[in-house]
Amino acid sequence: MDALLELQNVETYYGPIMAIRGVSLKVFPQQIVSVLGANGAGKTTVLKTISGAMDPRKGSVRFGGDAITARDPDQVARLGIAHVPEGREVFPFLSVDENLRMGAFTRRDSGVRGDLDLVYDYFPSLAGQRKLAAGFLSGGQQQMLAIGRALMLRPKLMLLDEPSLGLSPRLVHEIAEIIQRLNTEQKVTMLLVEQNAKMALEISHFGYVMEVGRVVMQDSCERLKSATDIQEFYLGMKDEGVRGRRRWKVRKTWR
Amino acid sequence: MEILQLLISGISQGCVYGMIALGFVLIYKATEMVNFAQGDLMMFGAFISFTFLNLLGWPFIPGVLATLGLMAALGVLIERVLLRPMIGEPPFAVLMLTIGLGFMLRALAGAIWGNKPRALATPFSGGVIRFGELVIGYENLAIVAGTAILCGLIFLFFRYTRLGIAMQAASQNQLAAFYVGIPVKRIFALVWGLSAIIAATAGILVAPVSLIDPLMGSVGIKAFAAAIVGGFGSLPGALLGGLIVGIAEQFAGLYLPAGFADTSAYLILLLMLFVRPEGIFATLQRKKV
Ligand SMILES: Nc1ncnc2c1ncn2[C@@H]1O[C@H](COP(=O)(O)OP(=O)(O)OP(=O)(O)O)[C@@H](O)[C@H]1O
Ligand SMILES: [Mg+2]
Repeated sequence: MDALLELQNVETYYGPIMAIRGVSLKVFPQQIVSVLGANGAGKTTVLKTISGAMDPRKGSVRFGGDAITARDPDQVARLGIAHVPEGREVFPFLSVDENLRMGAFTRRDSGVRGDLDLVYDYFPSLAGQRKLAAGFLSGGQQQMLAIGRALMLRPKLMLLDEPSLGLSPRLVHEIAEIIQRLNTEQKVTMLLVEQNAKMALEISHFGYVMEVGRVVMQDSCERLKSATDIQEFYLGMKDEGVRGRRRWKVRKTWR
Repeated sequence: MEILQLLISGISQGCVYGMIALGFVLIYKATEMVNFAQGDLMMFGAFISFTFLNLLGWPFIPGVLATLGLMAALGVLIERVLLRPMIGEPPFAVLMLTIGLGFMLRALAGAIWGNKPRALATPFSGGVIRFGELVIGYENLAIVAGTAILCGLIFLFFRYTRLGIAMQAASQNQLAAFYVGIPVKRIFALVWGLSAIIAATAGILVAPVSLIDPLMGSVGIKAFAAAIVGGFGSLPGALLGGLIVGIAEQFAGLYLPAGFADTSAYLILLLMLFVRPEGIFATLQRKKV
């Protein structure tokens, strides 16, 4: 089977700062793939490079077999890649309804109304707030709105940047469940960036681990879960002192 | 009675400031650039309508529509050719560019139509309505009615059309707008087109009252003050700021020593900056650091 998304040796810079240093990864159709890594590892930059918000200096991004390297983000969205950015990023002064309708901006088909109902089915807590300005929603609701808005694009691939960030354990669980359901019920392929390794490994099929701009490990999530390094540094199963000083000691707390 | 008379001319002058201020705010909200050529766009619109209505002798409605269409195209062209290459440049550079654009428009107008002031003849030139001692010129009524209609249309456009909501989305969160597939760059060009239409409307409405000449766009500076008074970022605020400045100017002209009329816009601005620096309608939040 051909990969839906393929990155080859991508290098992306912020001015002179090289944020990702030759990243290659593949996402196959119908999969949930996660990218794990500490703060500043370059996970967000990978997603921004895919969706065209940043242009790589080297390497290529292919989607469904076509090169989409360095296209404008609105063009990439039109191809069926929906990016749910870090920090939710809703349109704060537009209503929940308008936010969702903007998610379908690229679409001309008659299915938009039905998809609106579908989103409200998945996120019942938004249904009661249709007319409310999105800026007044709680953090969890804003995250749901951002995911719902992405779903309105009817994407083939959804890029999710730390959807669990700042949410209560119960909400993290809820979001994880939604991601899984969208994957199986709506056939949306997912590329999920997370610091919450426990949640990410639980729901995804394949995982990449990034460290200072590089992929340092990649495997099926089954095997990643049992890898000692992962257990130690991302799942917090062992006291870190035992292994002594390590390069990736600088990492975030586990949730 | 005199007070009422002043109020009416203040309102009609204020509408003109308000419309130019609207253009400032629209472009600022969408693109975070300040277009200092907004007043000059008004002047250009006035000259173009003068060409259609008086030089070419077109009937009023087609002449106005042609003017608005041409000005919209000019606005889009300016964004496309001058502003788009400036994306990512410091705001200061963009500011200088729009100031330069103003000079260019003035020079161009002088070259095409000459520097002699012209009067625009419209269906509502000259006539008056009297209520007892009160005399209201048709032109002044036209300004107020025209502004009201324009603002109503703009409101409906932003509230109910897909494009209008997309413009709001792009101005509220540019990156998110990109991610949902809104062609943000094209939206910016359309915002410039819309601002040029508003400027041209102001030009057509004010031309029968004050003569048209290449320097008439200098009222843009007062309109800029009005936009800040209104909160720079709020469309109703821009209009209200314009009205306040327009009315204050009339009263200052009568009750204060000579010279105060023309500076009253800035005095109000100063006062506002002391009392409520965020403007009347403070919708712009401070940028998060
Ligand atoms: N706007 C920026 N300007 C300069 N450098 C940046 C910028 N944004 C990120 N970087 C740098 O690029 C590197 C990768 O950042 P990125 O945001 O992709 O990391 P991340 O893995 O998403 O981290 P986090 O978990 O904190 O979101 C970091 O070293 C960071 O310092
Ligand atoms: Mg990040």
